[in-house]
Amino acid sequence: MNEIVTKPSVQDYIKAVDLAASSDALLDAVQALADLRQEQALPKLIEILGYNNPGAAVAAVGGLIKLGIPAVPALLEQLDGYNYGARAWAIRTLAGIGDPRAIETLIQAAKEDFSFSVRRAASRGLGNILWSEISSSEQETTQKQVLDALIFVSQDVEWVVRYAAVLGLQGLATQQPLFTEKVGNHLQIWQETEPELTLRARIQLALQRLQIES
Amino acid sequence: MQESFGEENLTPPDGEDLTIAKAIANLKQKEDTSLRYYAAWWLGRFRVGDPEAIAALIEALEDEDHRTPDGGYPLRRNAAKALAKLGATEAIPALLQCLNCSDVYVRESAAQALGAIGDRSCIPNLLKFLEGGVEAAQFVPGKPHLVQPYEAIIEALGALQATEAIEAIAPFLEHPVEKVQYAAARGLYQITGEDRYGQRLILALQGDRLQLRRSALMDLGAVGYLPAAEAICKTLAENSLKLIALKGILEHHLQGISSSSLQLSEDSIRVMGFMDSLL
Repeated sequence: MNEIVTKPSVQDYIKAVDLAASSDALLDAVQALADLRQEQALPKLIEILGYNNPGAAVAAVGGLIKLGIPAVPALLEQLDGYNYGARAWAIRTLAGIGDPRAIETLIQAAKEDFSFSVRRAASRGLGNILWSEISSSEQETTQKQVLDALIFVSQDVEWVVRYAAVLGLQGLATQQPLFTEKVGNHLQIWQETEPELTLRARIQLALQRLQIES
Repeated sequence: MQESFGEENLTPPDGEDLTIAKAIANLKQKEDTSLRYYAAWWLGRFRVGDPEAIAALIEALEDEDHRTPDGGYPLRRNAAKALAKLGATEAIPALLQCLNCSDVYVRESAAQALGAIGDRSCIPNLLKFLEGGVEAAQFVPGKPHLVQPYEAIIEALGALQATEAIEAIAPFLEHPVEKVQYAAARGLYQITGEDRYGQRLILALQGDRLQLRRSALMDLGAVGYLPAAEAICKTLAENSLKLIALKGILEHHLQGISSSSLQLSEDSIRVMGFMDSLL
């Protein structure tokens, strides 16, 4: 009678990550920790980005994105201390969250990162910024910087990064209707010289979504 | 994170970047085999289709100097790959000769090149390799490869739309090596357009091994099997590969409905939606 059943605590989930003996067990444990959506899981999830285990990192990124804005200060703080792989996962996470404090990091990553998949994620993230988090006076100048960065990225050598730039531009112009005309003009000129059929189609879709006649 | 995207990249042996003239000169000289090897790759990578380059590549298909310890011909392999990228019809006779080379990887590259160049007159030469059927398609003892480059042969026959090869390819759907099965499904889909072969590849996306799932992704992208789009999106593999596969499907679909203006069908918008979600 009266057996006390204690629900496993966040600490128990963290322990499960630490004790995981195989790659599969680690993946399951990280997924379970990520699914808790508990801020106490934050430091561990961030640590997992550095494990050099892509499956576990994907799960941790998903969990951190769900936690959202509270994850951002710690991610930004640790960014410089990370090795390259962990930094790439952190940038993907920041791109998924969209906190304006990460804009500078995302712009730099979209334009310059060595890995196309990081440039891709950062470019997409720039179209998905939570602008309501900063004052409207600040918004306009920062949005202009994002616009310039995405226009720069539309020259990337990798088609998939250019694809993300289209999506970023579409997102930005949807959030800031003042940019619709400028983005529309840029997309139309780009479409005429773009060698990849997929890109020309995605530009077409962006123009349709922004209701720009082409 | 693996970053192999699209094409493999070689680094120049002397650390020096090439120009077209330098690459052709490097390929023509006979002193330094590593320079020749790199130049052959470079000419294909940068699609240098000028006649002098093609002539030098064809000559390299008969190279005797660059050998591996077990008798392979690396320069010939690279030259065949480059000629494939250049779609060089004038190389067909020399590539047919390469199908008899003792190096299985030269035979493989030559078969791929013949499929890519797209001349149907090669079909009988390729079909000959399937004689003996699955029974004959065994591993070479102590080697990681089969006695013939079956995947490449079957894929080339598929690319050449060789209806006369259907009967010979079909048994390979049951070959013990999964990648050969996929090649058969891919080839038969390209030749017949029948759904069951595309579905076979979709099933392969759920396989246990990542390497096989990757292979099925590339096959579905290469043939542009539209009903696979959603299954590709959900496959456990790198987003980069899934995006390449979806790009193949989207472009195959767009070319099929091509008109002067870019009309977006509901299907193409759906495929792009999947792509958006994977960035």
